[in-house]
Amino acid sequence: MKTFLILGAGTGGTMVANKMADALDPQEWRIIIVDKDQMHYYQPGFLFIPFGIYRPEDIVKPKRNLLPKRVEVIFDDIELIEPDKNKVTLLDKKTINYDYLVIATGSYIYPDETPGLRDGWHKNIFDFYTPAGAAKLYQFLETWQGGRFVLNVTEMPIKCPVAPLEFMMLADWFFQMRGIRNKVELVYATPLPGAFTKPVCSTMLAGVLKTKNITVHPEFNIMEVDNNKQVIRSYDETEVPYDVLVSIPLNKGAEVIKHSGMGDSLNFIPTNKTTLQSEKWQNVFIIGDAGNVPTSKAGSVVHFMLDILVENILSHMKGQEMRAAFDGHANCYIETGFNKAVLIDFNYEIEPLPGTFPLPGVGPFTLLGESVVNHWGKLAFKWIYWNILLKGLDIPTVHSHMSMSGKKPVPAIINS
Amino acid sequence: MVAPALTAVKFDTEGFMIDKSQWTRELAVEIARQEGIETLTDEHWRIIDFCRKTGEQTGKSPTLRNITDGIGISTKELFSLFPKGPAKKVAKIAGLGKPEGCV
Repeated sequence: MKTFLILGAGTGGTMVANKMADALDPQEWRIIIVDKDQMHYYQPGFLFIPFGIYRPEDIVKPKRNLLPKRVEVIFDDIELIEPDKNKVTLLDKKTINYDYLVIATGSYIYPDETPGLRDGWHKNIFDFYTPAGAAKLYQFLETWQGGRFVLNVTEMPIKCPVAPLEFMMLADWFFQMRGIRNKVELVYATPLPGAFTKPVCSTMLAGVLKTKNITVHPEFNIMEVDNNKQVIRSYDETEVPYDVLVSIPLNKGAEVIKHSGMGDSLNFIPTNKTTLQSEKWQNVFIIGDAGNVPTSKAGSVVHFMLDILVENILSHMKGQEMRAAFDGHANCYIETGFNKAVLIDFNYEIEPLPGTFPLPGVGPFTLLGESVVNHWGKLAFKWIYWNILLKGLDIPTVHSHMSMSGKKPVPAIINS
Repeated sequence: MVAPALTAVKFDTEGFMIDKSQWTRELAVEIARQEGIETLTDEHWRIIDFCRKTGEQTGKSPTLRNITDGIGISTKELFSLFPKGPAKKVAKIAGLGKPEGCV
């Protein structure tokens, strides 16, 4: 019996388990999946918790329920991965020898890497990238009467790179609904040169933050938090004062990746951006945030990677050339408040373009424009995630590769 | 008065070179001056050369972390060599595109 091992039972790991359970002969292959947590959170829901739109219990299910019966599920931490020996050791010292390995260990926040960030942690400094952080922020905002509200992104890449923008726009909506918007100053401090960096996005969305009276501090590279003075300080000594700080801390891959000597300085694993095979080990493939492919770390990307990854693994198993090619496709909703959202669809080569998605004309979703339909699409997506995406099923008319169908090409926009 | 070398080269509204093939070391010196760096020392050049190599290999401007890891200097040192937003500054001087996110 051969062993197909998956590390991580989040979005990517669950999808791979479901696909491989169908594809691999149970007489020939054992499929094992390992994860340290028993509960699966729908991470796009974290954004809504601080604003009371979801509660943590609305967006969680037991992992075991989402995995096929033939897959052996082990709940334990991973101590060491030894890809030269095709072996993984778990915290309880159990070892698993594998024939093929898929790493789906994801990306995490590391607040301890920024000096001073923990000083007011979950008191006046919050994250919303964990259920606990998002829930604490919800409690805090229930009674907060206003002041300087700063969101800071520590460093890129982060998972869900549009979440900071969504958060600020939802905050504007939230404080308006509460009737205290005029008592709140909203500031977004980012290391990027602007809130929007792609040419077409910048042209089409630049006014959105200004209309919502959100101040942007670009090129802010945070060095430390001074919670006594209540400022964040950058490497060039610029200070941005806050009353409450929402931080997207440094994002890195899992510690075990570092421990195993498999990652770069952010613990992300060098991955072939086309085949999704490890750059170093032939029988190791990477899906989702754990890799270093040059597209966004997002759930939609994982979905679009899936079919390509599975096809390539099956080809490799048969000694055939891997022909499936991932194009970096990502598709992300950006909540803009007031029951509206923007949708963007892009890949390695093509930046987000306006138009309709997935069908030309009919849509129903609008690319690079706000619409109520987009917002309902984002909310409806939760059902699609649990019932379709995680099972490895396809969404009709939405393909792994980004399509230009429905999109307006760039020269048309510049000349219009 | 704009230095002669710069007038022949086209820049976008933010000061990034449009035709990257026009880059020369002399041009880098002029762009650096415009960016407030009067002299490019050996340390500056080590970083510029590293960034150009990364740009050629990956098609993208390196991140601050790519630079500090690749060269072996601290973030503070990098900021002292290229004050106020080194990622963007070095990208301009090295004739690379500006650092971008996904949106």
